[in-house]
Amino acid sequence: MTASTAKPAILVIDDEAQIRRLLRVTLEAAGYAVRDTETGALGLNDAAVNRPDAVILDLSLPDQSGLDVLRRLREWTHLPVLVLSVRGEETVKIAALDAGADDYLTKPFGGGELLARLRVLLRRTQPTDAPSVHRFGDVEVDLTQRTVTKSGAPVHLTVKEYALLRLLLQHRGKVVTHRQLLREIWGPGHEEDTHYLRVHMANLRKKVEDAADQPAFLRTESGIGYRFTV
Amino acid sequence: MTEPSRPDPDALLSSLQRDERRARRGRLKVFFGMCPGVGKTYAMLRAAQQELRDGTDVVVGLVETHGRAETEALLAGLTVLPRRKVPYREMELAEFDLEAMLARRPALAVVDELAHSNAPGSRHPKRYQDVVELLDAGIDVHTTLNVQHLESRADAVRQITGATVRETVPDTVFELADQIELVDVTPETLRERLQEGKVYLGERAEAAAEGFFRDANLTALRELALRFVAERVDKRLRELRGAAPVKTIWRSGERLLVAVGPSPSSVQLVRWTRRMAAAQGASWIAVSVEASRSQSAAAQRRVEQNLALARELGAEVVVTHDDDVAGALVRVALQSNATQIVVGKSRSPRWLDWVRGGSLVDRLLRQAGPIDIYVVPAERAAEKTADWSEWRPAEAGPGREYVEMLAALALLTSVSWFLVPHAGYLSIGLLYLLAVIALSLRVGRGPVLVAGMVSALTWNFLFIPPLFTFVIAKFEDGLMFGTYFVVALIAGQLTARIRAQERHERLREERATALFQLTEALSAARTLDDAVFAALRQADALFAARTALLLGPGPGLTPHFAGSCSLTEKELAVADWAWRNRRKAGRFTDTLPSAEGLHLPLVRDDAAVGVLVVRVERDASLTLAQRDLAESFATQLALVVEREQLRTASAREQLLAESEKLHRALLDGVSHELKTPLAVLDAALEQFASADAGTRATLLTEVRTASRRLNRLVNNLLDQTRLESGTLQPRLDWCDAHDLVNAALDGVRDALGAHPLETAVPADLPLFRADFALMEQVIANLLLNAALHTPAATPIFLAAGIDRARSRICFTVADRGPGLPAAMRDRLFQKFQRGDAAKAGGLGLGLSIIRGFVVAQGGEIVAGENPGGGAVFTVYLPYAPHGKVPTE
Repeated sequence: MTASTAKPAILVIDDEAQIRRLLRVTLEAAGYAVRDTETGALGLNDAAVNRPDAVILDLSLPDQSGLDVLRRLREWTHLPVLVLSVRGEETVKIAALDAGADDYLTKPFGGGELLARLRVLLRRTQPTDAPSVHRFGDVEVDLTQRTVTKSGAPVHLTVKEYALLRLLLQHRGKVVTHRQLLREIWGPGHEEDTHYLRVHMANLRKKVEDAADQPAFLRTESGIGYRFTV
Repeated sequence: MTEPSRPDPDALLSSLQRDERRARRGRLKVFFGMCPGVGKTYAMLRAAQQELRDGTDVVVGLVETHGRAETEALLAGLTVLPRRKVPYREMELAEFDLEAMLARRPALAVVDELAHSNAPGSRHPKRYQDVVELLDAGIDVHTTLNVQHLESRADAVRQITGATVRETVPDTVFELADQIELVDVTPETLRERLQEGKVYLGERAEAAAEGFFRDANLTALRELALRFVAERVDKRLRELRGAAPVKTIWRSGERLLVAVGPSPSSVQLVRWTRRMAAAQGASWIAVSVEASRSQSAAAQRRVEQNLALARELGAEVVVTHDDDVAGALVRVALQSNATQIVVGKSRSPRWLDWVRGGSLVDRLLRQAGPIDIYVVPAERAAEKTADWSEWRPAEAGPGREYVEMLAALALLTSVSWFLVPHAGYLSIGLLYLLAVIALSLRVGRGPVLVAGMVSALTWNFLFIPPLFTFVIAKFEDGLMFGTYFVVALIAGQLTARIRAQERHERLREERATALFQLTEALSAARTLDDAVFAALRQADALFAARTALLLGPGPGLTPHFAGSCSLTEKELAVADWAWRNRRKAGRFTDTLPSAEGLHLPLVRDDAAVGVLVVRVERDASLTLAQRDLAESFATQLALVVEREQLRTASAREQLLAESEKLHRALLDGVSHELKTPLAVLDAALEQFASADAGTRATLLTEVRTASRRLNRLVNNLLDQTRLESGTLQPRLDWCDAHDLVNAALDGVRDALGAHPLETAVPADLPLFRADFALMEQVIANLLLNAALHTPAATPIFLAAGIDRARSRICFTVADRGPGLPAAMRDRLFQKFQRGDAAKAGGLGLGLSIIRGFVVAQGGEIVAGENPGGGAVFTVYLPYAPHGKVPTE
């Protein structure tokens, strides 16, 4: 199934009618096909029947928690899910990300931000192979050669720094939680050792960013994790 | 010309009060008869049947039909409460069930035999107390009573019939009766009924029946009953006259005072006084004078019984402490405006009266002035010990004192035996005198008097010639001996008196000191708990008891933790009774005396705020003075508890006012803060459609600003709510200061507008533990705050650093604005405090939230003056280095 001919279909699960209307207007204007439901149960049903290309899920729903809806979805599909949450609910956001959500947005959010996130999620699901060479700024990372150059000069990264960079590049544009990074790089026993991450991230930034204290690419997501942005 | 006669205001008042009391209370009707068998119960049940027919809710609490068919027939149709079974010495007694009746609350309760004594362990020892409680609960009561059971008539009945009546009812209870129905039959009819076997005589009375029901007896009893009822009618008549303006003679202020001692004859004295008082329509007081010399426990118990009797008969009871009985009686009489003093006839030996400066009666007569003195002879039939010696401090001091005294005299005598050849027998007399006076400093009055006599006789026998006889040959020796005798007695007596007074003073002093210490401890206590603790510990020590305090209000009493004894269910029930009825109960009282503790209600005005429980060992006792003191303790405690309750109430009031103020501020602020951006949004969007491209861009900027402002406001309110509800749980994590500053700046860059921002974060600043999201908001809010309160284009500084000496990380936000007014600095971090120069906008929640967030992470925030102008806010967070990070 190739999605290039048909419009990508987005399923919105949100109980607020006004948000649904606004999302529909924004998404349709951007060339998506939109379906919306107001409860988790209807949303799950719709996702199973109509097989959308991505889901936008509000974490606070009237009938069941958005987190439960997410888990039910993840029982049978890997389709990209963007969760909507409010400020001050970092714990819920992290739980959603760890439960398999692909990204999150904090309300209130701008339409541009939403579309950018959605693009990233949909791109990831394209059946094309992930690129092996990433370029950002004057940095070039070749994942097959395992080399990093900045302004043409080779950059020496430690094994952990390289692993960190590679992981974030593989999830380019998408948030990766502290826990995910720690488990991938240091192993399941180190999920709480966030200072490892901070120290290595600081070193990595010094090596690849132009201004390490104002990183342009390796961005911090407050209290949640990191995101590689371009 | 006589003054127009007006009703005595006191009489009017008392008449009104009585009416008022009656309005609240149930009405009591007594079926009154001269002896068993006249048909009281029958009459009572007939009346009950009549009431039932009239539609009254009648419940029979208890009726003794004694198997009489006619009486039993009258029970038909009436609701009869089941009796309460009380186990008592291997048998089971069936008693009137007060609880059930109170719970049932009929309009009229029928309870037979008012004079009945309840089984031990009942709530009240006497049935009349049950009846009073029913009346208090507003339930009407019909009951029966024989004349011999009336307290004030018990003596007379005994004189007539020769039988002592044990079960008596105080006259005061009888006087509660609103209606008295005299059930009267002639002695002849009664005797006929007796012969027909219609009269039930209790097993014990069976034998005495012939004696008791003699015609002469019956006639006398009948007269007694009739006269009593007539007297009462007369009294009611006088009451009415007291209230009506036709009165011609009013003997106001008649008041009798009766001296009560431990002697059984005091009982007769009390009854006599009660009769006199009733006849005169006067009030009366019973006074007990406690001497400093401690009385035997038995004597004290008798005094208490006698006083209890007086109280039952309606006397006001006064206990005073004095060694001078006559003086004390006169003092109390003057204080309480008594016009007559009643004392028993003295039986003390004449010489003792003489030593004391006259008998009690003599001394009373001398001191009493205008007060009449009645001297009532003690009845011969009374027990042998009935004599006035009981009025003195108990004669028998500890035997040890006598032994000591005799040993001293013996020693002196043997020494004198060797001295006499050198000093002569006259100086020996002086030595004896010295010894007597010295002894009076050590031993009590009795031993001193004996010492005076023994020494005089010894001196005469052994030293005054002719030796070894009691004969005195020379005249001057006789004079000498006589003088010695008198001087020894007087000196001994005087010293003993001084000593007694001293001891009395000391007792009084101790009591005053105890109260003083209590007051001091109570006023020093800062909380109620402290006060209760101090008071109870003092009470424990003073009474050698265990104490507990139960406090209201609420549906029940709550024991205070400072108590030194825990209370059983039963004790709690007693305390509850004392609390609800605002009367003392338990041991040493008339109510529930089988309880272990003395329960004293803490009474303030018309409510009891709690109950003080004093529990002494089973075999120990509390003296009257101690109980008095305990009551003073209760009074003091009541004051403190009330004070505390008032204070709490006023604090709560203040808190309410404060919170109301806050609510108003919040409401005003929120409505203003919400309306402004909403108005902007509304207006901008309305213009949007008709605006040209340039204007649209401007309008969009305004819309965005307004919506951001709304967002900030809602966030602040939510944060404040999170802080106040206590749901805020910081997630401490390792943070990088650079990350933090960047994240904070991302959020506020637009809002900072034209303010140039300078940041200084050292590159080598170590990681520290904090809640990243909270700290991001703290820094962002501090920056916004600086931008809001300083003129446009003035710089804002943001710096981070570490104070390794004090293990803390600091973030500083400084500005070049007007700075912080000194007056403002104290309440800077309170909610709804807005800078006076603040531009429109903001609820004054910003700094309050910042501080809340910082404190939640274990840090602190300090506001200060920026050298060179402006304000500085510094946030400190605890710092501890993180563990080693593996390089690979």
